[in-house]
Amino acid sequence: MTLSNPQPANPQPATSQPAKAPPPQVAASKDDLTVNNVEVVYHDIIQVLRGVSLSVRAGQVTSLLGTNGAGKTTTLRAISGLLKPENGKIREGTISFAGTALSALNGTDVVKAGVVQVPEGRRVFKHLSVEENLRAGAILGRGNWKDDLERIYTYFPKLPALRHKQAGYTSGGEQQMIAIGRALMAHPRVLLLDEPSLGLAPLLVAEIFDNVRRINREEGLSVLVVEQNANIALRNSDYGYVMESGRIVMEGLSAHLASNPDVKEFYLGVTEGGVRKSFKDVKSYKRRKRWM
Amino acid sequence: MDLLPQLLIAGVVIGSVYALAALGFVLIYKSSRVINFAHGQIIATGAFIAFALTQKGVNFWLAGLIAMLATFLLGMLIERVFLRRMVGEPIIAVIMVTIGLSSVIDGLIHLTPYGAGTFGFERPALLTGQGIELFGLPLSKTQIAGVLMALGLLGGFTYFFNKSTLGITMRAVADDQMAAMSVGTSVERVFALAWAAAGLTAAAAGVILGLMSGLTLGGLAGIGLKVFPVVILGGLDSVVGAIVGGMLIGILENLSAGYLDGIVPGGGTREVFPFIILIIVLLIRPYGLFGTKEIERV
Repeated sequence: MTLSNPQPANPQPATSQPAKAPPPQVAASKDDLTVNNVEVVYHDIIQVLRGVSLSVRAGQVTSLLGTNGAGKTTTLRAISGLLKPENGKIREGTISFAGTALSALNGTDVVKAGVVQVPEGRRVFKHLSVEENLRAGAILGRGNWKDDLERIYTYFPKLPALRHKQAGYTSGGEQQMIAIGRALMAHPRVLLLDEPSLGLAPLLVAEIFDNVRRINREEGLSVLVVEQNANIALRNSDYGYVMESGRIVMEGLSAHLASNPDVKEFYLGVTEGGVRKSFKDVKSYKRRKRWM
Repeated sequence: MDLLPQLLIAGVVIGSVYALAALGFVLIYKSSRVINFAHGQIIATGAFIAFALTQKGVNFWLAGLIAMLATFLLGMLIERVFLRRMVGEPIIAVIMVTIGLSSVIDGLIHLTPYGAGTFGFERPALLTGQGIELFGLPLSKTQIAGVLMALGLLGGFTYFFNKSTLGITMRAVADDQMAAMSVGTSVERVFALAWAAAGLTAAAAGVILGLMSGLTLGGLAGIGLKVFPVVILGGLDSVVGAIVGGMLIGILENLSAGYLDGIVPGGGTREVFPFIILIIVLLIRPYGLFGTKEIERV
């Protein structure tokens, strides 16, 4: 569904929407976030996205997988309106959510429309305390920040003990929790997570994803998670897309993707029947570089 | 001999005005990392607007408020017209823009009747009459009011930065613009607000200074550079640093004037001594006494 005329930001309060009647068809709901044939260029010349189409279904966790430089982060930035500071712009295509054309909005209005990004590498405010980090997420004043703080502390029980600690001195896992909590303070209806596993120990990654899953279930929050760690992402998502060189090359239910031989080999590190394929047979997939 | 307490008190009085003048630097630097060399000229503009209004018969307090509002808008205008275009440009270019602005505003004030000469506010009724005496140092009501106003504004801004969501957001923008934008912060609006707030404090500093020591264009505009040691000493991005730095510089000036001028032939040590301290502090703590130290995770 493409809506060409931009409408004012959705006035619906973006708190939780669990009790909402299920949409008539599961395939497409009004609250899906759809990216339709989007092309993005940086500095007017470097084309990074070459016609990306995907949708984040309401209330589901969707994962976007791919190697370094595939265009995953650019896709997120295109959705969240944060391309401009990087000198990028959407040349073709539309992005819409709940009747609003996001592609026509700036970053602030995208957040007002209910789509909030957790930037790659956490990007916590290092010199602010943990609690101030969270409060900075409430700048648009959607709801009472004191109540929201308590709500976020229930999702991340490690944070209350750290509330007065300077965020720059917390651990990587704690910073990821702060960054997600900060985004939740803005009352998103769609949360965009950019590589939450980056540089974290496997146990912490599992904890972060458990938290994300729980928030998704309890608040009916839609999530789009970009990951290199395909294993954990597919286990914790409903639907998945595989991206390469600026295009979506594969999509499907996460369970199906996880059992797909190509995905298995190149993203999950499992070889088919224990036999290593010749690199020549692999035209469209690059071998995944592992972080850890 | 009670020279010391007298010098200390005189230092606190002038120091609180320095702190208020320095606050304008801090507000702008804190959010946008720009050093505004036109701050002294904005101080002068605010003071002369208030003075012109009192000449027209406007009540002194009302004139002060109008002047603060005027420089609030002036700050916003400067940000919108000149600084917004400079986002992402090299810092030296941005600094040159503010230096250029300082000359332009200087020139504009010279076109008014206030460009040359010394003027003085007519004291409002509340500030006339006998002051108090502290340790043998007579303090006029003007000086007391000036200190109270300065400390009130400084306290207000400290509270604002630490307790209000908007204040926290302004610090967040200073910390990481992209991350601040990711939760919907309009960085442009934060910059505009920082300049506006700096303008407001500039007028307040100008009026207080005018009350205490008269209005001259050179004196008021010069305060912009004079408080530079204050902000460097306290840390360019710290409100508390501005307060402590202002007090320290004020006290040091008075102490050196009181004790060293008699020894050093020619005198005038008050002009030099703060800068000596400044250099020593920078050698030991390059980010100032209260400035933000870069956090490195290893």
